[in-house]
Amino acid sequence: MMTIRKLFATVALVAGSLMAAQAATAEDKIRIATEGAYSPFNMVDSNGELIGFDVEIAQALCAQMQADCDIVAQDWDGIIPGLRARKYDAIIASMSITEERLRVVDFSDKYYSNVLAFVTPEGSSIEVTKVGLQGKTVGAQRATIAGQYLEDNLGDVVDVKLYDTQDNAYLDLASGRLDALLSDKFPAYDWLRSDEGNGFHFQGDDIDINDEIGIAVRKGDALKDKFSAAIKAIVADGTYAKINEKYFPFSIY
Amino acid sequence: MTWEWSVIWQYLPRLMEGAWLTLELVLISGLIGIALAIPLSLMRASSQFWLKALPFTYIYFFRGTPLLVQIFLVYYGASQFEFVRESILWPILKQPYWCAIIAFSLNTAAYSAELFRSAIQAIPVGEIEAAEAMGMSKPVQVRRIILPRAFGIALPAYGNEVILMLKGSALASTITLLDLTGMARTIIARTYTPLEMFLAAGLVYLAISALIIGLFRFMEYRFNRYQYYHHTDTPKGLDAQLRDPHIDQ
Repeated sequence: MMTIRKLFATVALVAGSLMAAQAATAEDKIRIATEGAYSPFNMVDSNGELIGFDVEIAQALCAQMQADCDIVAQDWDGIIPGLRARKYDAIIASMSITEERLRVVDFSDKYYSNVLAFVTPEGSSIEVTKVGLQGKTVGAQRATIAGQYLEDNLGDVVDVKLYDTQDNAYLDLASGRLDALLSDKFPAYDWLRSDEGNGFHFQGDDIDINDEIGIAVRKGDALKDKFSAAIKAIVADGTYAKINEKYFPFSIY
Repeated sequence: MTWEWSVIWQYLPRLMEGAWLTLELVLISGLIGIALAIPLSLMRASSQFWLKALPFTYIYFFRGTPLLVQIFLVYYGASQFEFVRESILWPILKQPYWCAIIAFSLNTAAYSAELFRSAIQAIPVGEIEAAEAMGMSKPVQVRRIILPRAFGIALPAYGNEVILMLKGSALASTITLLDLTGMARTIIARTYTPLEMFLAAGLVYLAISALIIGLFRFMEYRFNRYQYYHHTDTPKGLDAQLRDPHIDQ
């Protein structure tokens, strides 16, 4: 009898401590969402693991903050609603800091700066001006700065096509359905260097829209300042430059 | 989280534009779907193996794969091939609108063909026998007896299929079309009010469903009217000897 009672006591004790341990990790763990379809910033490798500039920055920031992090993939157009619904605590997915987004989430300081650029087939004679693009079909990813820029500045003269992912937009550029693609410059730079991007190039000048990329957190969350401090720290100690170098031969900070 | 009713009113006209495209897609692909389904179902109901095999394979493929995969195959898949891009069909396949209609039509044709096939087989044998006894040839039987009867039998189930297609049409938004769902998602990308916009879009879908349900009720009532029992009052003023005193009271 004694032994059975002892056994129960041990089981209860072990179960209790396990639950306590789990509660502790759930509290300390920072859940970070990224998209996973925005090469080279965030994408999925052949093993199904999330990789890319954003992911490495996220890992470096977590190491800096000595926090336990969990990085999950989330479709782009549901990424802010998911943050607000507490499915994760931060978004590190190359998200531009915009006025509209600031109404619903907070952003850390920037961790890189973005410009927009048009991509067209090589030999295309399109001039990327309001007059030159008249009646053309131009694509961009839905719910991005590029998509918004197209709708706001060229929506009245071009046929705007919005895609769920950047990859689908590339497919349609390659098939000839699109005359031009407006995109963030750095991911397009990466694509142009790949086999699929062979035969395409940047057209015209970059569009500098003073676009800064930050980490989105819920309104009023203390994580905002922690991330800002951690970004400052990894830029200062050279970790940032090391990651930057792996992806681009020029600084994107 | 705050709730913004004003966003719904502000963007309602654009949602309605999207609803119109959704209706167009469902209507056009529905009609093409029926046109394809009728010959397919007749072949499927045939007793010859080779005549049955082709529609069987077609139906098996389109019922056995997700509609999203079918849309992607038509839109992104076909355009990967040089010969498709250089064919005379490219001006059509280039447009997401026609790609959506092609995918929806082929998909709904598969389901409808199966519905019509079961309806054809559900026609009471006595009616076919009667047609034969009247000396009708096979084509005349099909035209006068089999198709009209199968149509009546299949109607309720077909109404179901149209409603399923209405909801499936939301996938058009994945190939850049601004149908009701695509429009809602594009608006949300700007306003960050997913609950409000999806609620509004959901209500519009419900309204369209109500319209479809009403239409099919009406058609069922028309085409299957012999199935409904109508109580008729005993005519007054009949010959006194024919009247039943129990009923008249």
